[in-house]
Amino acid sequence: MAAKTLIIDGKQVSAENHTTILQAATDNGIAIPTLCHLEGVYDVGACRLCIVEVKGTAKLLPACTTRIYEGMEVTTDSERLRKYRRMTLELLFAERNHICAVCVANGHCELQALAYGLGMDHVRYDYCNPAWAVDASHRFMGMDHNRCILCTRCVRVCWHIEGAGTKNVAGRGTKSRIISDLNEPWGDSTTCTSCGKCVLACPTGALFHKGDTAGESVRDRSKLGFIVNAREKQQWTV
Amino acid sequence: MTLNDLQQTKDAELAARKRIVLRCCLAASCSSSGSKGVKERLEKAVSEAGLQGEVEVRGVGCMKLCCEGPLVAADPANTLYVKVTPDNAAAIIAALRGGKCTLPQADPGSPFFALQEAIVLANCGVIDPERIEAYIAADGYLALHEVLAEMAPKEVVDAIVKSGLRGRGGAGFPTGLKWGTVAKSPGAKKYIICNADEGDPGAFMDRSVLESDPHLVLEGMAIAAYAVGADQGFIYVRAEYPLAISRLQNAIRQAKRVGLLGSGIFESPFNFNVDIRIGAGAFVCGEETALMASVEGKRGTPRPRPPFPAERGLWDCPTLINNVETFANVAPILRRGADWFAGIGTEKSKGTKVFALAGKIRNTGLIEVPMGTPLRRIVEQMGGGAPAGGAIKAVQTGGPSGGCIPAPHLDTPVDYESLTKLGSIMGSGGMIVMDETTRMVDVARFFMEFCMDESCGKCIPCRAGTVQMHQLLEKILARRATARDLAKLEELCDMVRNTSLCGLGQTAPNPVLSTLRFFRNEYEELLQPELHAAPPLTAKA
Amino acid sequence: MTTVLAPPKPQAAVRFASLLAGDKRYKILEAHIKKFQHRQDALIEVLHKAQELFGYLEDDVLRYTAWQLKLPASRVYGVATFYHFFTLKPQGEHTCVVCLGTACYVKGANKILAAVEGRTHIRPGETTPDNKLSLLTARCIGACGIAPAVVYDGTVTPRQTAETTLAQINQWVAP
Repeated sequence: MAAKTLIIDGKQVSAENHTTILQAATDNGIAIPTLCHLEGVYDVGACRLCIVEVKGTAKLLPACTTRIYEGMEVTTDSERLRKYRRMTLELLFAERNHICAVCVANGHCELQALAYGLGMDHVRYDYCNPAWAVDASHRFMGMDHNRCILCTRCVRVCWHIEGAGTKNVAGRGTKSRIISDLNEPWGDSTTCTSCGKCVLACPTGALFHKGDTAGESVRDRSKLGFIVNAREKQQWTV
Repeated sequence: MTLNDLQQTKDAELAARKRIVLRCCLAASCSSSGSKGVKERLEKAVSEAGLQGEVEVRGVGCMKLCCEGPLVAADPANTLYVKVTPDNAAAIIAALRGGKCTLPQADPGSPFFALQEAIVLANCGVIDPERIEAYIAADGYLALHEVLAEMAPKEVVDAIVKSGLRGRGGAGFPTGLKWGTVAKSPGAKKYIICNADEGDPGAFMDRSVLESDPHLVLEGMAIAAYAVGADQGFIYVRAEYPLAISRLQNAIRQAKRVGLLGSGIFESPFNFNVDIRIGAGAFVCGEETALMASVEGKRGTPRPRPPFPAERGLWDCPTLINNVETFANVAPILRRGADWFAGIGTEKSKGTKVFALAGKIRNTGLIEVPMGTPLRRIVEQMGGGAPAGGAIKAVQTGGPSGGCIPAPHLDTPVDYESLTKLGSIMGSGGMIVMDETTRMVDVARFFMEFCMDESCGKCIPCRAGTVQMHQLLEKILARRATARDLAKLEELCDMVRNTSLCGLGQTAPNPVLSTLRFFRNEYEELLQPELHAAPPLTAKA
Repeated sequence: MTTVLAPPKPQAAVRFASLLAGDKRYKILEAHIKKFQHRQDALIEVLHKAQELFGYLEDDVLRYTAWQLKLPASRVYGVATFYHFFTLKPQGEHTCVVCLGTACYVKGANKILAAVEGRTHIRPGETTPDNKLSLLTARCIGACGIAPAVVYDGTVTPRQTAETTLAQINQWVAP
């Protein structure tokens, strides 16, 4: 397998052909903020937090879906990128009702961690305050649409790791929402296997195990990558 | 089908032609004004007068001057009757016999018609779109025959490169380059898609072409398929265009019947089939990756490019996507030569462009002009200016992805680069004229609402950003906004433009940015003074 | 202690048999699906046909489509709600679609819409309580040359005003 050399943030690194900028950066200890990326499922390039600057290209490119090439020069952190990422987070916080103090994921939330990390300490936009419901019909799990950021990680694990196809996105635009089956209460779903991978995948407190306290809602997401690796490569690496 | 058959069909069609032809527009605009009834009455009047041997009443596609419909033209006298009612039928027949006619007419020599140069619209409003014989009589499918019989696929691509044709869907990507990439992409299976999801509000060029000359598009697709090595095509049409859909279905059926689609076309090894896919009301499906998802029966959400459709498109196969008007240019280019085509237009924008002229203007309808025609010639001479002596304030091009060109810039030539320089885009060809009564902030809000409703919701900047920009525009219009809100709006425009996933989000701020550029005073007039001085910056914890 | 096993669920074929027997529209839909050889990529074409047959996409129709195409229900629902042409609610006896394309808008389509809203007290996408009229809006129907256009029960009507629209609506809606 041919290796390519490229420069990320001034550092010369090498990575295998066909890897993404995100993979190459991660392998070399360079952190790029992500939200919709999840180890174990394919990337959709939707959250736009991992956008980077590539020399010779006027457009900003998502690190998760852009492949590297020989001699590529990537900048993953700049004042401009940080500003755009902060604004993206502001837009997310204003879109639904993210109130950390009363959230079960408080302290284990990727959205919250990103906001801290990027210094997004207040939201300048008007809050939309939508009235989304909570689906608590499932025996073990619940979904609070108010905390959903539509990253579709739950949908992707449900389809491509579990293979059940219970969850999907319905509607479009800002009215998009995650549904179960035919927009039925989750508890009535005939396809859900209650495997809990969606809860594992959720970056916020939108999907949760019932009865877990905030302290207990730590998620071991490496399990998802573990399953995929086991299935596809027949390697059980714990 | 052989060349001989094609010639025979043409000869038979021409031999059967009658001395006088009454062309009756049956395209969507005129038929909604009752042109079907006009045609029926004309037919009745012709038979009552015993003129069946001499006069043909022909249903045709768009005759371009939509605002004056229903339209009826009499050949060879070159008379164009406007606002025809079924009761006028008798008078029109009487006029054929040399009678005095007082019916309202339009002058076919007026600038609206005289300044047009028809390549794409050459058959539009002339031939019967429901009969393949009529298209063949107009030298249809001759180019396809020549390509199959005498040219290698590479030569076809080269001819398109040489012609300088650029994509007519909006962005103006060189068509030949795209074809070349698909042709070179490895893969046994390749697809052709015709993008007829004409979603820009204010645009109806593609609808008119499909309704008036569907075979022109099919022939262009077949030539493209041969050039890139595809054997299956799809036409993705909006569900809002039922007449275009039925004419296409009819055209495909006829072409299959005579062997101009299907297997072994013109007794060559080349096979090509076309299926219609009907959209279901999603503007974002005009974006090529979203369109492909929709053809595959999925939610029409775009995906990041690369990989480009030319490498990995429909079902991961190399796919060529072109717009209706682009395909419509192909057969004329091959029939008349790349040099002929390259001789029309400007240095970087070749050929003609079809525009749909609408809004606050006297003559609304369809026009085709050489690239580089000054905007002023289009709106003032051809369009006749604003109605009732009003003044034109701006011309909007490019729909929700475009911008407003203010009156002082009307001398701009219409080509890809000049419009981009003014912060607008060529777009698919919608041209909406606005007069003094149009409030530009309201126009910006209108387009932002459109983008907000049509955002697929996949990426955050477009999904949530359009909502915030719309709210800010509403706030400005309600006179509740301050200079700080305007700054916030501009900052959001910049962010959404640079970070969105697809073209819809990347261009959604354009109407705001272009109206801010030329009509900033209209925004500022609505602003309120800050109630409080800016709060002191709090030290970060 | 005896173990009690849950009874097996009836096969989907059995569940849908009653639908097929009771309503011949399902037969027509089935024939249409067969024409597409049960291809999953024909989902949108099938939904078009289903809406044409049933007027709107009720849950059973969506379930039946999912079963016939061997797709998860969530996928069918996701597609049906993505495209605005599909409606999951029954429509009124008559429909009035006000085009809000740019050309219609600059020529006063918003005034037409406001007049209809004021007259019927319903918003776009809604149906009057007596089920007589559904009010819809369109994002350009491509009839810009004859703007503003309104579509009454599928017929595009040119150069409308608030007055002409109300005159038409009044024939349908109780005073």
